[in-house]
Amino acid sequence: MKQLLNGCSVNLAEKRLAFNSLLASNRADLFRLRARRTGTLNAGTGTAGKSGHGEELHLDPSAPTLPVERDRGQSPVMRFLGSETGKGWLTISPPLLYAMLLLIGPIIVIVANSFWSQDYLTIDRTFTLDNYKAALTEPIYRDLLMRSLFVSVTVAFVTVILAYPVAWFVSFHGGRYKGLWLFVITVPFWSGYLLRILSWKVILGYKGVLNSGLLSLGIISEPLNWLIYNVNAVIITLAHSWAAFAILPLFVSLEKLDRSLLEAAADLGDGPVRRFLRITLPLTMPGIVAALMIVMIPTVGDYVTPKLVGGKDGVMIANAIQVQFGKASNWPLGAALAVSTMVIVSIVAGGIVLLLAGLKRLLK
Amino acid sequence: MTVTPMIEIRNVDKSFGLFRALDTLNASIREGEFFSLLGPSGCGKTTLLRMIGGFDNPSSGEILIGGKSMAGIPPNLRPTNMVFQSYAIFPHLNVSENVAYGLKRLRLGRDEEQSRVRQALEQVELSKLGPRMGNQLSGGQRQRVALARALVMRPKVLLLDEPLSALDKKLREQMQVELRHLQRQIGITFVLVTHDQYEALSMSDRIAVMFEGRIAQIAEPKEIYQNPATRQVADFLGGMNFLTSSELAVNGKSFTATLPGIGDITGHLAGKAIPDPASAIIGIRPERLRIVWEGETADPIITGKVVDRNYFGEVTSLAVGIKGQTQHLSVVETNDFGADDIPVGSDVRITYDRDAFVIMQG
Repeated sequence: MKQLLNGCSVNLAEKRLAFNSLLASNRADLFRLRARRTGTLNAGTGTAGKSGHGEELHLDPSAPTLPVERDRGQSPVMRFLGSETGKGWLTISPPLLYAMLLLIGPIIVIVANSFWSQDYLTIDRTFTLDNYKAALTEPIYRDLLMRSLFVSVTVAFVTVILAYPVAWFVSFHGGRYKGLWLFVITVPFWSGYLLRILSWKVILGYKGVLNSGLLSLGIISEPLNWLIYNVNAVIITLAHSWAAFAILPLFVSLEKLDRSLLEAAADLGDGPVRRFLRITLPLTMPGIVAALMIVMIPTVGDYVTPKLVGGKDGVMIANAIQVQFGKASNWPLGAALAVSTMVIVSIVAGGIVLLLAGLKRLLK
Repeated sequence: MTVTPMIEIRNVDKSFGLFRALDTLNASIREGEFFSLLGPSGCGKTTLLRMIGGFDNPSSGEILIGGKSMAGIPPNLRPTNMVFQSYAIFPHLNVSENVAYGLKRLRLGRDEEQSRVRQALEQVELSKLGPRMGNQLSGGQRQRVALARALVMRPKVLLLDEPLSALDKKLREQMQVELRHLQRQIGITFVLVTHDQYEALSMSDRIAVMFEGRIAQIAEPKEIYQNPATRQVADFLGGMNFLTSSELAVNGKSFTATLPGIGDITGHLAGKAIPDPASAIIGIRPERLRIVWEGETADPIITGKVVDRNYFGEVTSLAVGIKGQTQHLSVVETNDFGADDIPVGSDVRITYDRDAFVIMQG
């Protein structure tokens, strides 16, 4: 009888597992059916009084004794893996391991390299801080780092300022077409990253779409030569490339905004602008911070865009790092540059977060 | 009366596509009145309140506040303030800042602003919670903050959208008393939306009962309860025994009818119009029926059999089957004399006040 009971509980657990892992509905149905059948079998023998073992039958399938009986006599490890927490860890462990491996592995390699030195093709593994000294004091690297920070912070703010109205429109006026709007926003990402940068080259180029358009309209008499191959071109291109990544977190935070708060603000006398500044902006600040970080952090390290549209004035730190790992073949210096950039970007990002938190407190 | 009403609702219609949410509403609300919009969910009472507040626009018709048409005037420019059903407490501001929210724009100066906030918080008994953040409040506290935040603006009209529905019973009853007290004290017009009949009856000066986008009756609570205009109104507010009748006739200001198993009765229309006597129905409130105990005598006497008994603590509700009546008569009797001990299946004698019958449009 006990076995029967255990069988029942196992089936119930299986049923739950089947649901959890979202298996094909067929299989879930099968489990459910089996569970129900054993359940009714137990109930039948119980009410007929044929148990004969002198044991009380727990007919209620939800009775708390069932899972306990199942766990009895198992090792603590198995019990942990059977619990909800254990199942959670079990579920996320493959991607977690994979992610940790891919995240921590390269960082260890880079950090280790940054304390070594290289002589042509041989790596000298004695500890040295020379690379950091070079990375932080040589004017060329300092300039490149400052420019990279300037570009990435500017791109982040420009992108968020341009993305906010889009996200606001989709969230507030998207109606039942919200999904479609979001879909449309992601359409540019169907083409490759390089393709999008190259198309900006076509637009901004000396004989590009913009120049020839302005020429044919008679607004300018000769092509503008400051459109491309400078920092501005890098900022424009990056802002466009990262637009969707800014729109999505902003959209999510706007969606979470309780509309009745805006009605209450209107009721208390605020017009649309004040409502935005006093309610919408502070309450969507988490989304703004997320969008800024999502755009800012990766753009510091972008080297394709500056290479293609930046010209010599648009070179950024990532290009220098790339050169050290490539042509210059000085991995330790490249690694030191990369680590320095990482640390400085983190500090700047933290500063921006604190700044916005302060701004939020001011908006009352 | 020559006094201009505080709020006038003139032929207000509202359609959402093909669905007609409000159908030619007319009402006027006096200054200083506690006015309730009562009805089941989906009857359009909240839509009407939101129109008064400016959050919705009528499809046709107009709303006047203080004699001025409110057409095209946004909520922030109306002399109304609202307590929202969700309370809409700003989560990023503390209680004092929430209450001061609307005052900031008025630029009253720091001292004046502070004293008004303090006064408003005292009115709702939240003086100690000033620094607490908006997202750290209990339901009752949120309700009080919402109230203080609206009252501090000194509106001509305070709109309340089911303000007590999120509170538990005890707190709700306490807040009903407090709200009523507050309204008398400050004397501004309150418009309350509720689906709770007892809330409306106990708090209001007048009630508008709404069904399916129409106002069925506007009257004082006592009038609504004792003399409901339609069967729907009677059914929505408290219990009502609807009686089977024959030879129902309305003549002038009174009516006569023969009630099988009860007898011939007459009653007054009490200022009510019954446009279609053919579909009218006679009713009597359960508490107007009384058990006649053994040894007692009474004049009109009905006999019946107890078919069901429900105990409610202070009262017991008996369902009594009467020959000739299709529905069981519900009798509510206090338990002082042992109504809770009457066995189901026993015969009982019932008496009634002769003027207790009401006629309603079916």
